[in-house]
Amino acid sequence: MELTGAQALIKSLEMEHTEVIFGLPGGAILPAYDPLLDSSIRHVLVRHEQGAGHMAEGYADVTGRPGVAMVTSGPGATNLVTPLCDAYMDSVPMVAITGQVGRPIIGTDAFQEGDTVGITRSVTKHNELVMRPEDIALSVRQAFLLATTGRPGPVLLDIPKDILQARTEWHWPTDDEVSASLPGYRPNIKGHPRMVREAVRLITASQRPVIYAGGGILKARASEALLKLAELVNAPVVTTLMARGAFPDSHRQCLGMPGMHGNYTAIMAMQEADLLIALGTRFDDRVTGAVGSFAPGAKVVHVDIDPAELGKIRRPEVPIVGDCRLVIEELVRVLVASGDVQPDRARWWAQLAEWSSRFPLHYEPQADGDPLKPQAVIEAIRDASPADTTVVSGVGQHQMWASQYWRFDYPYTWVNSGGLGTMGFAVPAAIGAKVGRPDRTVWAIDGDGCFQMTAQELVTASSERIPIKVAILNNAYLGMVRQWQEMFYQERYSEVYLSPDLPDYVKWAEAMGCVAFRVEHACDVGPVIDKANAIDDRPVVIDFRTDSQEKVFPMVPAGASNSDVVVHPALRPGGERVVQ
Amino acid sequence: MSLSSTGATWASGSGRVRHQTISVIVENRAGVLARVSALFARRGFNIISLAVAPSDDESFSRITIVVDLDETSVEQLTKQLFKLVNVVKITEMTPGEAIERELALLSVRCAPPGGAGPSRGEVGDLVRIFGATIVDVGQEALTVMLAGQPSLLDDFEELLRPYGIIEIQRTGRVALPKLERPSLHHKNRN
Repeated sequence: MELTGAQALIKSLEMEHTEVIFGLPGGAILPAYDPLLDSSIRHVLVRHEQGAGHMAEGYADVTGRPGVAMVTSGPGATNLVTPLCDAYMDSVPMVAITGQVGRPIIGTDAFQEGDTVGITRSVTKHNELVMRPEDIALSVRQAFLLATTGRPGPVLLDIPKDILQARTEWHWPTDDEVSASLPGYRPNIKGHPRMVREAVRLITASQRPVIYAGGGILKARASEALLKLAELVNAPVVTTLMARGAFPDSHRQCLGMPGMHGNYTAIMAMQEADLLIALGTRFDDRVTGAVGSFAPGAKVVHVDIDPAELGKIRRPEVPIVGDCRLVIEELVRVLVASGDVQPDRARWWAQLAEWSSRFPLHYEPQADGDPLKPQAVIEAIRDASPADTTVVSGVGQHQMWASQYWRFDYPYTWVNSGGLGTMGFAVPAAIGAKVGRPDRTVWAIDGDGCFQMTAQELVTASSERIPIKVAILNNAYLGMVRQWQEMFYQERYSEVYLSPDLPDYVKWAEAMGCVAFRVEHACDVGPVIDKANAIDDRPVVIDFRTDSQEKVFPMVPAGASNSDVVVHPALRPGGERVVQ
Repeated sequence: MSLSSTGATWASGSGRVRHQTISVIVENRAGVLARVSALFARRGFNIISLAVAPSDDESFSRITIVVDLDETSVEQLTKQLFKLVNVVKITEMTPGEAIERELALLSVRCAPPGGAGPSRGEVGDLVRIFGATIVDVGQEALTVMLAGQPSLLDDFEELLRPYGIIEIQRTGRVALPKLERPSLHHKNRN
């Protein structure tokens, strides 16, 4: 059967069970959009290619399947660079298809020509310029394999226009052919048995263990295995920003998020631990604080599918390269088989309980006449929405509050930009998440600064009838930067003020086809959230006017030791409230 | 060229910095060398020399890279290199455990018979002593070639310098592990 390259591309995507492509056509990718008309694949037409990339990420985060984005050459491809980098940092499986100018004019500075593989080389797990039409099917198979196996990540295929137009004999490569075409790619998924036994020995000898669960738990579909392990060894669990939901917040062993804005108990548990069981995590600087003083008394068991993570930041006593789910299941099996009894850790649990009661997450209630407390808004949305609501955030204060104050009891319900910290992530990622799991309510918790970066995708959401809900915590500031300037730059506020009214978020959202509300008073918070939750045929945007003075606590100042974590002023000795 | 001072911040990179020779087997295809060299550039490591050519199997190439690194950084670097899909095998080679060779072409000033300054004969003596070869003869210069251990090339260059080196091109070193040393530190992806 002979097909055009474009037909082969779309057919290959169908063969890989692609159900949706997020994209925007243009000159070089134009041939691929014609067979799309006859395909079962849904196409979501974005308003900016960055949106396509973040939608693909949001889709991938909630489904576990690779998100697919398709854009044209040059500016289309460069607009995709931020989402690619974001997906690379957060190990999100994604396949990006970019059009390229025809082979005869590559290198001539042709119209909309860009060196896409060169530009995206360092922000993709792999990329490829496809130079023969007969290679399209194999390249697509490779791309999906690479994106979803080993440490997941974005893979980009750059396809010249004349290749899409050329005719080629259709052949869908076999597993063996794909494997033979990637001689250097053999991810190791099974943990080394000797290392597993050594890990079990350390766990059983530990008085103060902490399970340090990272995003790899979710990538490996290892939540159930983690629950078994945690309950078996009766160790507390911290879930990093990328792992929120990987272990239920409601579980008595869950200490919440560690790191710069983590729960006090989670931070201190790691500092005082004698063993960190690090699972699918990478000792990010936002978790460790100053590395030299991070968890100084702890031995480390580090499980990761990426060998380069073992010893990159902290040298583990027991490194285990492997898939988190398989390794955890093996740990459980060996633990059970050993018949060893876990030591009595009552003193450790007593210490943890004492920290939790002394230093809970805390904010002062809203005083009469003051703006809304952002934390209270998040709690109100949480309490009024289904427990398995997908929460998507941008980057900044609102992201930290969302992570802190939501109760994540289900995996794959938290979508955010962790590693890259991409402002503007929330709206498009929420759209992708809703497309991936239409059965779940999707709330984007966004900041006013973030919202302005990608809000145009609400046009996409309206026209495609993708009913996401967006809560803008509008404090009229680039809030996190403002917090740093207040705390570390002697309140010299430089270029952080945004205005609460410019733009008019309600009018803007309405112009984009959304239902929009503005909430300024505490009494309106609940009723308006209920209204938003009742709307299921179009996007909803709520402009919550929140307190610009509110800061994220606890906080480990940049470069400081985690032991020097700063708690909310009201929890400090004397309990005095800092008067602004 | 010199080692960038930015260096790496990987875990406890306190080891001794020294020349490291890393031999990398890669798929022989477009863009692979760029991926490898970009990895060094991103971490601020300056590549001292790099040689690349197809290996015995033409679908693979061997890249020999010399870089100044401490041992911790070498470990991280090789792990990062392994993450490249087109990298098939990596061998770290410490100087005592590898056969290293390099080739140099040098154009040296020398006077024609009867002219002023050092004569062809004087340069010719050095060429014979080092086992080099004269590969081109001009009116007032010779181009000579020498292949050998990098240190031998350094000596040859130093001794020729007083005559006036017009141009020099060294290939950068190529290396293979010494034979019959089963303790060599081999790594592959399995």
